Amino acid sequence: MKSSVITFPGSNCDRDMDVALRKFGFKNKMVWHNDIELPKSDLIVLPGGFSYGDYLRCGSMASKSRIMQSVIDFAKSGGLVMGICNGFQILVEAGLVPGVLLRNKYLEFICKNVFVKLDNKESIYFKNLDKEILELHIAHNEGNYFCTSDQLKEIKDNNQIAIYYCNKNGQIEDEFNPNGSIKNIAGIFNKEKNVLGMMPHPERMIDQSLSGEDGSLFFKNLINNIK
Amino acid sequence: MLVNEKVAIEHGLKIDEYKKICKLLRRTPNITELGIFSAMWNEHCSYKSSRLHLKKLPTKGKKVIQGPGENAGVVDIEDGDAIVFKIESHNHPSFIEPYQGAATGVGGIMRDVFTMGARPIANLNSIHFGSPQHKKTKNLLRGVVHGIGGYGNCMGVPTIAGQTSFDSSYNGNILVNAMTLGLVKKNKIFYSKAAGLNKPVIYVGSKTGRDGIHGASMASASFDEKIEEKKPTVQVGDPFTEKLLLEACLELMAGDSIIAIQDMGAAGLTSSSIEMASKGNLGIEINLNKVPCRETKMTPYEIMLSESQERMLIVLENGKEDLAKKIFDKWNLDFAVIGKTTNTKNIELFFDNEQVANIPVNTLVENSPLYDRKWKKSKLPKKNKIKKETLNKLKIKDVLKKILSNQNICSKEWIWQQYDHTVMGDTIQKPGGDSGVVRVHGTEKAVAATVDSSAVYCWAHPLTGGKQVVAESWRNLISVGATPIAITNCLNFGSPEKEENMGEFVECVQGIGEASKYLNFPVVSGNVSFYNQTKEIGIKPTPSIGGVGLIKNYKKMVTMDFKEINNLVILIGKTEGHIDQSLFARTILDEKNGPPPEINLFNEKNNGESLLNLIEKNYIRSAHDISLGGLITALSKMCIKGNRGIKLNKSKNLMNEIEYLFAEDQGRYLIEIKPEDLKNVSKILEKNSVYHENLGVIIDKEMIINEKTKLTIDELKSYNRNWLKNYMSA
Repeated sequence: MKSSVITFPGSNCDRDMDVALRKFGFKNKMVWHNDIELPKSDLIVLPGGFSYGDYLRCGSMASKSRIMQSVIDFAKSGGLVMGICNGFQILVEAGLVPGVLLRNKYLEFICKNVFVKLDNKESIYFKNLDKEILELHIAHNEGNYFCTSDQLKEIKDNNQIAIYYCNKNGQIEDEFNPNGSIKNIAGIFNKEKNVLGMMPHPERMIDQSLSGEDGSLFFKNLINNIK
Repeated sequence: MLVNEKVAIEHGLKIDEYKKICKLLRRTPNITELGIFSAMWNEHCSYKSSRLHLKKLPTKGKKVIQGPGENAGVVDIEDGDAIVFKIESHNHPSFIEPYQGAATGVGGIMRDVFTMGARPIANLNSIHFGSPQHKKTKNLLRGVVHGIGGYGNCMGVPTIAGQTSFDSSYNGNILVNAMTLGLVKKNKIFYSKAAGLNKPVIYVGSKTGRDGIHGASMASASFDEKIEEKKPTVQVGDPFTEKLLLEACLELMAGDSIIAIQDMGAAGLTSSSIEMASKGNLGIEINLNKVPCRETKMTPYEIMLSESQERMLIVLENGKEDLAKKIFDKWNLDFAVIGKTTNTKNIELFFDNEQVANIPVNTLVENSPLYDRKWKKSKLPKKNKIKKETLNKLKIKDVLKKILSNQNICSKEWIWQQYDHTVMGDTIQKPGGDSGVVRVHGTEKAVAATVDSSAVYCWAHPLTGGKQVVAESWRNLISVGATPIAITNCLNFGSPEKEENMGEFVECVQGIGEASKYLNFPVVSGNVSFYNQTKEIGIKPTPSIGGVGLIKNYKKMVTMDFKEINNLVILIGKTEGHIDQSLFARTILDEKNGPPPEINLFNEKNNGESLLNLIEKNYIRSAHDISLGGLITALSKMCIKGNRGIKLNKSKNLMNEIEYLFAEDQGRYLIEIKPEDLKNVSKILEKNSVYHENLGVIIDKEMIINEKTKLTIDELKSYNRNWLKNYMSA
């Protein structure tokens, strides 16, 4: 299976994602933001970081960089595109998934483990996963997902909510919401479910010595689903 | 502008120093030259008050590849790998503008490390604030934490450990010390020594602006009520540009184009160019019109003294300009050939086709002032006699509650949760442990790092305090299973022109030297920050020690959380009941006098090495060193982290129980072992003559100190975890 990770100026989880994808069997290529063409890929990943310093709105500059037109075309033709953290912000800015990501409710960067509940177990990203509640890691300043009530209705109707913040038993309550996201939303699909944006970093949870191993489950399952 | 004594004094020079400049040049300097002298001769850059004493520190060792004198120290971690590391202060700017001050402190130290060819793999920091009740403390703390996070998070370098303290002596002068570790191949280390004639001198990175002019001079003066006016001298950080600069530099360094490289830190273009020329025993010629500027009509004086961030100076091999330019263009960074190396041994500056400065390099460096300041020796204070009745009136539970929720003991999660501590995917011990630990990417090795200081001990008796900080750093590394390699030090003191402060400095340095020599734990880099005082009030002497150690197999790393019920807890090291200068004495008894606990270097070494031996043999399930707050505080933390309790054995000694539990005797550790290993562990400890006690047994969810005193783990957690969070949200 072939994957590509896009490196924007200021990306800083690109290497981590490369390590994770390779570990679970992807043949991964790093792609420079200024390139025009994507290598042949089964999965495109927009990694975390601070693309263009996030000096305008997070992800907005990156969403206009040269490679993004190809990424958008790839997504529109049904290709799998996953954006993690800053990558999620870029997807939102590029209009590939609905909504916006605001500054965290308490105005502080948060780096910690959280529990998330997966919705939409039929999607190619999650189907066949034994676990419904994963422990993943977040590290962001702008992960507060927001959308209008009309949009919310639409994404609910279309089954686009991918993951929710919850506790270890899967309860989705305010007190387990780390950043103020509407309805505890941690990740979201496009209508067709081939594009996934999420704040948590599965690539930081890929071996026992790190914060945990639930990221491994996610990647192992993903490559099997794509095969 | 005409230069005279008055102008020189305004530049922070002393009259004698100005006279010396005129004598060395055999003429009156022009304003640009005066600016250059003032930048090079201030305390921050010249170490004029400290050099004599720093020379006495042990800086060599089998593992030392590069000691002090370069951008950072370098140590060998085997297999061709090396760790580059250094700690540096950014105290003065952080007090004036906490966010930018702290952010640029982090940016500056990372540049020092990647200038040497190393990719930064971990950040640490030691930050000290005034009393929590002081009106400025909360905002300063918030600003500094946001600044450290803002820069480090954007760079994608994990912040893996740190230290935070509060003490009223920092009310008018907070401390922000930032440390970075980088990983490099031993044969790809870059230095700042220029070599060869007519080699192109290259400027890369951000453009030069008017920010930070005379920043280094500000850092060499005391504060007064007009301090807010100095805000324009604080630099502004741009971590995004630094991230690009890092990647571009490492890309260029992969080839063989670079002869020498130096970041533009304090005193900007001035110190970087002079340093490279001085080390190479060469001259440098610079055309200032070629320097990329952000603002119009900048004068030579401003260009030379600007402390704009994220800039580097490189001496390239001839003919490599195009190749280098291509890399910096790719990363959208400025690139300009601004001059060349010469054989004049002078720094010559040109602007609008005129020579605007011509100074022999050696006058700026070797001939810089050197002072043997007067200093006062301090006496070891007399021990306090603490009445037994006073102690007997106290309830252990009440005392423990106060100690665990004390601002200097409580959990600092509110702080480190704002730092990305897991990016790069190799952090295997997060903040909150004895040391932070990161794996050496793609290997079985891991590097442990810790930063420590004990201002109260140093204040009570600088010589003992200096030794103690080094010993604590050593213990923190050993507690995670790392073999200590070397240290970096950030020496924060008051004015060297006051005999008391200078005495504190001299004796702390002596203590640091004695301990690091004995423990074979050499000093490979560091920085001195004097004049940490507002008007006449200086800070408590605060040397921060950054320690680095190696874990050969990261799977053998040890953490402090209690692991398993029925395991035994052993205390290593002897408890004498030293209460003076303990947190207990200061907060419960309100007793501020007395000597700090004694440091017995033989025991430190012996206890530490014996514990490492036990770790190597896989006997240790968890370990933690005992420091501030004493035995019971250390035990509480192990319980909290492991969500396990302990039942203490009835103590056989005759000491008062409070003294036993809260004393801060040094050289002690707590270890958890399996019951079946007791015999073997005891045998090893006895063979090495290590004093140890069988302290108790791990149980579920309760700490049973004696028949009358029991606490649940939830109680311990609530004491320990809430203070800072509540303070910051109040």
